[in-house]
Amino acid sequence: MSDVFGAFATVLFGMAILAAALGGLYFLTRYLPGSWRERGQVLVFVGPAVFLVFVGLFVPAVRTVWVSFRDDSGRRFVGLDNYNEIFSGKGTRLILFNSFTWVVGGTLFVVIVGLAIARFADGMRGERIWKSMIFIPAAISLAGAGIIWKFVYAGPPFENGLANQVAKAVPGLPASFGGEGDKIWLVDRNLGSLNPPASAPGLNTIMLVVIFIWAAAGLATVFFSAAIKGVPDALIDAARVDGATQRQVFYKVTLPYISATVVAVATITAIGALKAFDIVIATTGGNFGTSTIANEFYRVYFIQGRLGFGSAYSALLCLLLIPVVVMNRRAQQRAEELS
Amino acid sequence: MSTTDPTVVTEPVAAPPILSTGALPDETTVDAAMGGGETMGRSVSASLSSRGGRLIVLALVFMWTIPTFGLLVSSVRPEDEVKTSGWWEAFIRPKFTLGNYDAVLSSSPGSANLSHFFFNSMKITVPAVLLSVGIGAMAGYAFAWMKWRGREWLFVAVVALLVVPLQMAMIPLLRLITGGAHIGSFTIFPYLHLNNSVAAVWVAHICFGLPFCIFILKSFMSSLPRDIIEAARVDGAGHFTVFFKLVVPLSVPALASLAIFQFMFIWNDLLIGLVYGGNDNKPIIAKLVEVGGTFGQSWHLLTAAAFVSMVVPLIVFFALQRYFVRGLLAGAVKG
Repeated sequence: MSDVFGAFATVLFGMAILAAALGGLYFLTRYLPGSWRERGQVLVFVGPAVFLVFVGLFVPAVRTVWVSFRDDSGRRFVGLDNYNEIFSGKGTRLILFNSFTWVVGGTLFVVIVGLAIARFADGMRGERIWKSMIFIPAAISLAGAGIIWKFVYAGPPFENGLANQVAKAVPGLPASFGGEGDKIWLVDRNLGSLNPPASAPGLNTIMLVVIFIWAAAGLATVFFSAAIKGVPDALIDAARVDGATQRQVFYKVTLPYISATVVAVATITAIGALKAFDIVIATTGGNFGTSTIANEFYRVYFIQGRLGFGSAYSALLCLLLIPVVVMNRRAQQRAEELS
Repeated sequence: MSTTDPTVVTEPVAAPPILSTGALPDETTVDAAMGGGETMGRSVSASLSSRGGRLIVLALVFMWTIPTFGLLVSSVRPEDEVKTSGWWEAFIRPKFTLGNYDAVLSSSPGSANLSHFFFNSMKITVPAVLLSVGIGAMAGYAFAWMKWRGREWLFVAVVALLVVPLQMAMIPLLRLITGGAHIGSFTIFPYLHLNNSVAAVWVAHICFGLPFCIFILKSFMSSLPRDIIEAARVDGAGHFTVFFKLVVPLSVPALASLAIFQFMFIWNDLLIGLVYGGNDNKPIIAKLVEVGGTFGQSWHLLTAAAFVSMVVPLIVFFALQRYFVRGLLAGAVKG
């Protein structure tokens, strides 16, 4: 224990020194002439942040793009070869399709679940408790979520998990759907007579997306709830007086009113799904055809040590994020014009 | 999305409509988001949910709770029980033990020694949160209330960096930390001897978290009443005084929620922990994944290990839930 306190004392001491240094610098600006004084003060306030962001984020990102045009030892310029490899190989095409499944399936269901909870729990008895329970998975790590679900999906040789138990309880379910209670959900790519080809996402990828939906729905619920509470009562009452049913009120009044929030949440979720890495590594490690772009970057770069190819994956990730963000901006503006 | 990562919450941030039309949401609205709704003035007819709706909510809540609950039950069952039967059978033949927790927390050789990595996570998270929020607050003030040439485009540039994924910047930053930067024999950035140290993890988390912190805090701070701050300036208060005596106290809601968000984000991070910490200084989440990969035969211990890693973020969230929701929305207000 004493080393823990020692560590904290050191940390506090370090931060005190940092604060004192900044305070001292600020004090020194008093001795600067006229307009330089204000500039010096700005530098003290904004300097540390800009320095860290420039050195720790901007320069590294530029460097990664540069490395992605070079071979795996980093010595030779190879043009677009690394990107070519990502888009041409069969195995790599599966990875792109998998990430696509994550983004589309994950985002769609997170928005649906979030809206359902926010709509139906609104005004329900125990609202706070239900919403908190939905949020629990969002508070724990994605790696932890992966491990929780590893137990749910467990099959032979381990003791069966909940998924197999439930499937076994359904009368007449064929073995290929888990009816015998011995399906290995994280390995098996097939469902019933559906055998996805090697370059298409399998059932196990969908099972991983379920984990993501489970983990991401909590934050969506918080945002949607706040937006729904913000719809003016007058609007809703007016629609009710005109004879609209609750369903009509939701689809014709509430949903259009909160559309900007829906777009915003869809964007956050899509970005999260694109960066999915923790869940994959904690469950399948990217084996059995479940790898995604973010996971493949980790595997290629750190396990295989292929610098150029790995950098190309991370640059691709950034490239794919840009349209998502731009689309969000556009939709956001349109929603604001409407409302 | 805890899921996620700061970048993640960013763009969304572009104003939910409630917010973009008015000032900060008043406290009732924000508190109500999580369900303080009973006290709201909404007409009963508008808020009563149908029976079908209630069933949907309860079904979803059940699905969202049962996996975690199952893990909790498994973690207090003895090894042979965990290996031979599902957790639900614990309610037929109750046999419970804290042995799994003992085994993962102890420091005896061969054990996972999770308590060591638990404190690593503390050592990593607390300073990284304080520093990123502190440095972000200073920058936020400079962007919101100091007048200087170039502040508009510099702010846009910082916020644009939210798009850069962790994966893209982490390796060059790691190289910088473990070797400095040189052009030929000329050193442009010194080698700081930070290899595999906790400090390296701090630097990484602070750099990656800063754009989000600056974005949220600048937005919040520029919404503070102009009169108060200008009056103080006219009375001769320097930036130092205005910042510490006025802006920081007034920004407590935003600072608190950002700190909670950063805390959960950094504690739950896996990627930086795996790459930067080395063997001894890795955080508990990275250790958890390693344990999950190697345990095989003793996976009854994995249940307890997973739970130990979840305790802190869950406590932080439930204790400070109110501030978390409030600040997230406050930040989300002004895009």
